[in-house]
Amino acid sequence: MFLAWRELRFARSRFVLMGGVVALIAVLVVLLSGLSTGLVNDGVSGLQRLPVTAFAFAGGTKTDSAFSRSVIDQSQVTAWRTRAGVADAAPFGNQLVNGKTGRGLPVDLALFGVEPDSFLAPTVASGAALGTTADGIVISPTLRAAGLAIGDVVTLDRIGTRLTVIGVLADQHTFGHVDVAYVPLRTWQQVHAGAGPGDAVRPEAYQEATAVALRAAPGRTIDLAAGDAAAGTTSMTRDASFAASPGYTAETSTLTLIQVFLYAISALVVGAFFTVWTIQRGHELAVMRAMGASTRYLLRDGLTQAFVVLVASTLVGLGIGVAGGGLLSGTSMPFALSAPAITLGGALLVVLGMIGAGAAVVRVTRIDPLVALGGQR
Amino acid sequence: MTAPVVVAAGLTLSGVTLRLGDGDSIVTALDAVDLRVRPGELVAVVGPSGAGKSSLLAVAGALTTPDEGSVVVDDVPIGTLGRAAQARFRRSRIGFVFQSGNLIPALTALDQLRLAVDIAGRGLGTRDPLELLAEVGMADKARRRPHELSGGERQRVGIARALMTSPTLLLVDEPTAALDRARSQEVVALLARETARSGVATVMVTHDHDVLHHCDRVVEMVDGRLSPQDT
Ligand SMILES: Nc1ncnc2c1ncn2[C@@H]1O[C@H](COP(=O)(O)OP(=O)(O)OP(=O)(O)O)[C@@H](O)[C@H]1O
Ligand SMILES: [Mg+2]
Repeated sequence: MFLAWRELRFARSRFVLMGGVVALIAVLVVLLSGLSTGLVNDGVSGLQRLPVTAFAFAGGTKTDSAFSRSVIDQSQVTAWRTRAGVADAAPFGNQLVNGKTGRGLPVDLALFGVEPDSFLAPTVASGAALGTTADGIVISPTLRAAGLAIGDVVTLDRIGTRLTVIGVLADQHTFGHVDVAYVPLRTWQQVHAGAGPGDAVRPEAYQEATAVALRAAPGRTIDLAAGDAAAGTTSMTRDASFAASPGYTAETSTLTLIQVFLYAISALVVGAFFTVWTIQRGHELAVMRAMGASTRYLLRDGLTQAFVVLVASTLVGLGIGVAGGGLLSGTSMPFALSAPAITLGGALLVVLGMIGAGAAVVRVTRIDPLVALGGQR
Repeated sequence: MTAPVVVAAGLTLSGVTLRLGDGDSIVTALDAVDLRVRPGELVAVVGPSGAGKSSLLAVAGALTTPDEGSVVVDDVPIGTLGRAAQARFRRSRIGFVFQSGNLIPALTALDQLRLAVDIAGRGLGTRDPLELLAEVGMADKARRRPHELSGGERQRVGIARALMTSPTLLLVDEPTAALDRARSQEVVALLARETARSGVATVMVTHDHDVLHHCDRVVEMVDGRLSPQDT
């Protein structure tokens, strides 16, 4: 360590340059991780906050269109309710609708239709609980940004159904970038059947929902395949159903790919820098070899330099990233900082950088102390 | 435990042969070389370029293992040690002074000396770096880095660095190659003085015939063979 510190100080401009690259990458890692978390929140936070283990969709439903295409009926809910390991089963309706606020502003809603007395019923942070009135909706707090408040009325386009905001949830609830509004299942079924005020509703419509929401008994698992066979459904775990949220898979896989590239670039930059640096130090390393320095001594020295630069520049980059990300968090950008994700990103940068540096620094084992003799060489 | 009786303190080479290169281009760099250097003795090695002088230092300094013959430093047959053991031996018992100093660019004169201790590990023979710098006349430039020193000053620091761990054997390769006449005299006089004072066995390779009068003995190397030469 004796030499490592002194060389860091002596060649600081070179190390600052390389550290600057790592710091910039760390900034990007924070921003991308924030964007990832934000997109996940926007895409599926409405589903994440449901106390659901799995969804059973109509038989043969494809994942990418599950929430928009699937229709199940009450008999399938009943069939699932008696399966082993199932604590609760309830109909769940999910439909994207467009409407206008009282002031005529357009608003998009992901209408979650649930029975107000089922385990799916949401807990409100303010206002009245779901089911207090037949046309009362409980909305995600993110809809406040659109100007909605308790008492406001949303009129759905085309069918003209009027929904009144009676309660607001505590946390962000969104599905496919659209804000969630909980509505009593019966009203949801009317909207789903396309029936406006005064329209006749075909009687089967009151048997329908999008999926059966399942909750496993504590410590139990549900045999989904057997249940599907018995109920004629196609089920998937809640997390697997995220892929059915519009755009979710494309967004998350693109961001993951970019992040993988960033980590690879960072490791390569660090590896390339330390390769050049070790070659530059070739002669002095040979001198130290001749003076009897062990391989371990030289390796430790080189790796210490790499570690110090990596940790320092990653911390600086994360700091800048978090500060910058804080500014984005308040905006309409889907952006959310998550401490575990940022910590993981920083750790990956350091670990992968050390692997890159290690691959370069092992060169010291091949340095021949004879080079130190032989004058002009 | 009985203390080992040192029968051959200093350096003893006997029948050392070193072949370099491979295939058709094998060069016999050292050809049955015998050399004995006692503690406190300064032996100069002269000879034409390519004669094998640096090879002699490499073998004596445990940087290379000879093909034949034995290399003994203070009763330790260093030619037969493994690579790690050779490195251990070098850091505690052998000092090198290289052409043009070969100092570490990032370190001050004082730190060059401390580095030798850091590499060797704090041992019994370790000397006080400031005192040693004063001894070679560099006390007032202890905080300077190599690029702020003249060639002669760098050599002085190099000599001090080699002496830091109180080695048994001091190997010096063309210390005056980059120096003018006056500076050369000073540096070799310093080597002679330090050799006598610290009782180290010193082998110095040089092209410079003007400095030979500082040496106790001069040997000449031609085509890998060593022969005594009169001063
Ligand atoms: N790595 C090597 N492979 C093959 N031959 C070598 C190698 N190193 C040196 N030689 C040869 O060994 C012989 C002795 O080389 P050495 O470097 O010991 O000479 P020297 O007396 O120190 O010369 P100089 O005064 O020019 O420094 C030379 O013929 C040289 O060409
Ligand atoms: Mg030579």
